Amino acid sequence: MTAVEVSFSYLDACLGVLVAWGAIGVAGLIRPRSVEFAGRTLFPLGAVCGVMLTVVAIASIAAPTERAVLPVGLPDLPFHIRRDALSAVFLALLGGASAGISVFSAGYFRKGEGALPGLLCLEYHVFLAAMGLVLIADDAYAFMVAWETMALASYFLVTTQHRIAEIRSAGFLYLLIAHVGAIGILLSFGVMQGGSWQFTFDAMRSAHIAPEWASAAFCLALFGFGAKAGLVPLHVWLPEAHPAAPSPVSALMSGVMLKTAVYGLLRVSFDLLHGVQWWWGLLALAFGLGSAFYGVIFAAVQTDMKRLLAWSSIENLGIVFTGIGLTLVFQGCDMSALAALALIATLYHALNHAFMKSVLFLGTGSVLHATGQRNLGRLGGLIHRMPWVTWLTLVGVLAIAGLPPLNGFVSEWLLLQAFLFAGEVPQAFVNMLLPVGAAVVALCTALAGYVMVKFFGVIFLGQPREASLAGAHDAGVMERIGLLWLAGACIALGLLPVQVVHLLGSVVQELLHVGPGDWGVDGWLLAPPAARHASYGPLALFAVTVAVVVLGAVGVRVWFGRRARRGPAWDCGFVRLDSRMQDTAEGFGQPIRHMFEPFFSMQRELPTPFDALPRYRVTVGDRIWGLVYAPLGAVVRGTAEFAARLQQGRIATYLLYSFVTLVVLLALVL
Amino acid sequence: MTPLRIVTQLLEIAAALIAAPAFLGWVNQCRAWLQNRRAPSVLQPYYGLRKLFGKDVILAENASALFRFAPYAVFGTMVAAAAIIPSMGTGLPLSTAADAIALVGLLATARVFVSLAAMDVGTAFGTLGARREMMVGFLAEPALLMVLFVAAMISHTTSLPLIAEGLTTRALALYPSLAFTAVAFTLVLLAENARIPVDNPATHLELTMIHEAMLLEYSGRHLAMMEWAAALKLFNYACIGFALFIPWGTGTEAGGPAALMLAAPLLALKLAVAGAGLAVVETLSAKLRVFRAPEFLATAFLLAVLGLLVYLLLGA
Repeated sequence: MTAVEVSFSYLDACLGVLVAWGAIGVAGLIRPRSVEFAGRTLFPLGAVCGVMLTVVAIASIAAPTERAVLPVGLPDLPFHIRRDALSAVFLALLGGASAGISVFSAGYFRKGEGALPGLLCLEYHVFLAAMGLVLIADDAYAFMVAWETMALASYFLVTTQHRIAEIRSAGFLYLLIAHVGAIGILLSFGVMQGGSWQFTFDAMRSAHIAPEWASAAFCLALFGFGAKAGLVPLHVWLPEAHPAAPSPVSALMSGVMLKTAVYGLLRVSFDLLHGVQWWWGLLALAFGLGSAFYGVIFAAVQTDMKRLLAWSSIENLGIVFTGIGLTLVFQGCDMSALAALALIATLYHALNHAFMKSVLFLGTGSVLHATGQRNLGRLGGLIHRMPWVTWLTLVGVLAIAGLPPLNGFVSEWLLLQAFLFAGEVPQAFVNMLLPVGAAVVALCTALAGYVMVKFFGVIFLGQPREASLAGAHDAGVMERIGLLWLAGACIALGLLPVQVVHLLGSVVQELLHVGPGDWGVDGWLLAPPAARHASYGPLALFAVTVAVVVLGAVGVRVWFGRRARRGPAWDCGFVRLDSRMQDTAEGFGQPIRHMFEPFFSMQRELPTPFDALPRYRVTVGDRIWGLVYAPLGAVVRGTAEFAARLQQGRIATYLLYSFVTLVVLLALVL
Repeated sequence: MTPLRIVTQLLEIAAALIAAPAFLGWVNQCRAWLQNRRAPSVLQPYYGLRKLFGKDVILAENASALFRFAPYAVFGTMVAAAAIIPSMGTGLPLSTAADAIALVGLLATARVFVSLAAMDVGTAFGTLGARREMMVGFLAEPALLMVLFVAAMISHTTSLPLIAEGLTTRALALYPSLAFTAVAFTLVLLAENARIPVDNPATHLELTMIHEAMLLEYSGRHLAMMEWAAALKLFNYACIGFALFIPWGTGTEAGGPAALMLAAPLLALKLAVAGAGLAVVETLSAKLRVFRAPEFLATAFLLAVLGLLVYLLLGA
């Protein structure tokens, strides 16, 4: 038998998956009202496509770049597409995370919840395909079309339950900030074409623009992509949109869509622009660290589980942008080994966050379905009712808290190594600032642990806070498979960092031109050459720890037996224990509220001693609203009202306007 | 030198397991002496452990599998941490797989498991303890990391045995940065090991407890594992302190087996002095209100960051 020659390129295969996603979406309209058709057939098919995309993307990471021109678009503006290592890594992320989410969705969507299942299926798969197109677009036109399709599809997904006024306003806020950001990106492309009026990325790569214009393009791109990624102060849409959207959509938006912003900024700063300047990095670093810190302290005081996760996404994207900033600083100072280390940490964290945040959002989805509650104050004790969801969520919780041997720790380790051994940046004051940045990253990671203990402990542990929780049921089979896939990815990314870094190394080679010697891999150990004598081997560490745990457990059992009796909780001899005596979500956030008080705008409602029914209430708000958005809104409203004065609604006035305009124009021309 | 390295590794773990309760006993003994009480034997923690291991476990009715698993997980992570801290010798094979940052991660894992287990039964004291433990932890963890960073920058490595070796062989000069971090480290050690002034290991007043409040629902062998792990944690912290600030006398690979033999009595001496010092600090200070604990830890964090900046400014 002769081997069949396969003339498919990787790019064709990727494109095929995107087209298949589009087709699946349209197929949803065949039987729009059937949950069974969408759930049993279409979403699993979408997941299969996702797995295929992952396989193709991983296989193609080290392959040479491929390009193609698609005969769609405007007559003189065809879509250019291109697959290189950077695209491939993010395509793998898209495929891998979306596969788990799609399988979960197959079991998640129920009848009578907002939009029709068929419509949801269309929006969902168009969203996936648009994200894929963003990643392979090779000209500004295709990129912006895909970017806008992505924003619109996700807007419709967010407003699935559009009959609720809050959800409509959350959707509007999201759409608004998405478009403000898109303007930034569009202008950035406009600057980068450098007078050639060619909007293909190749033209931008070869355009030689002055350093100050390059800086302008970078700042616009940082603004535009920062709005999508939820960098403070452009983060306000995230805590509104995520709770509004159905959980799989939140997972997709937080896990995957936010990463397209990371991709975009990496594409612009390392591929399209030349002559990276170190202060760009400082800018990204400042916004990244600010978002990370701001996000995590707000996550700690939330009482809505999905809002908590949304703030946690702001934190994690902050850390990713910190990594980008660090890479830019090092690249701007021609320290390529350190830049490689920082870039690997950045990509690794983006990858990690896609999987761990998806696990958590899907876990909240299952909890929401089983209990109907999003408020942490009405949950508790679900470990007995929903063991699958609990244990799989625990994997995500430990991962995002940055604990070894799971994946969150690997990227934290890499990032801290990059910070730690930065010692030789030419600018002395940057040298002083970087260790402080490391301190902020360390603080944020530790706070993330706090947030996650609160999240997991209040939802799944303790006693049920409501009687109705006794009827909670565990997730269905499809949901379990989806969660297992994503949690498994968290474990694999945690235990096999060497293999992952090998894959990410191709990106480093492509963007920074740093060879395999500097990727930071030594046999089975992660050992960045930039950080002398530092290594991390999670498999060995995990094996030793597990061995000790097993030996300990077996030893105790052999020598001392395993007798155990059940009895009432001790609680220092107190007998009338009930579920209201447990710490609440508000209580768990109290130390943070107390310590970081200046960051929060708090409204307290305290009972007087004479209240018959004493009530205590505290609402925590975001100061950014008052500081940035309220004045901005007032300015916009004022301008609009001024403009409205021109609108008299009388035909004579409008004719007068036309006449005056005509006269002025004539005066100018003549 | 491979057999020697493996022997060193196993010796380190065994020494930690055996010496940890004795170290705790020694601290308690010193404390009793300083407070004019009749002191319990140094071996008292072993008697306690033996008694607890022999007892039946009583589980709360709604305790989950997580509650039963946590003691072993905490014990396992503490032993793994002990395996990478150079207490007697620096030839530790496992330390190539886990450096100082991973050590901090391991300690954080143990903390998270203790806190989650404390929330499992859903009592008021348990959840309160968990919240306070995490509050202490999120400030102490970055402070410890910063302390380790200063040492790592001085010796250009994050591997703990290499840090210890590097610091042993350096010229005997005063490092101002290490002075700052030594103070920060002491504060972190007190807070993380539930000592006065942040917590009181001998308290019987539930409302002020942190660590003990989290263990209230444990009994029998589970409690024994938790207590042993707590003793190991104190021992580990003491050994981290030795490795960073008084590393002399640790058996290096170049020193051979003789150095290793010499290291054991030296370690005992260091532990004796450190334990006595800890008892003095605990006796001389009063317990802080819980609300003041963040200030105490923020001081530690700022001191550690200052140490880092001092190192960068002075290069020493």
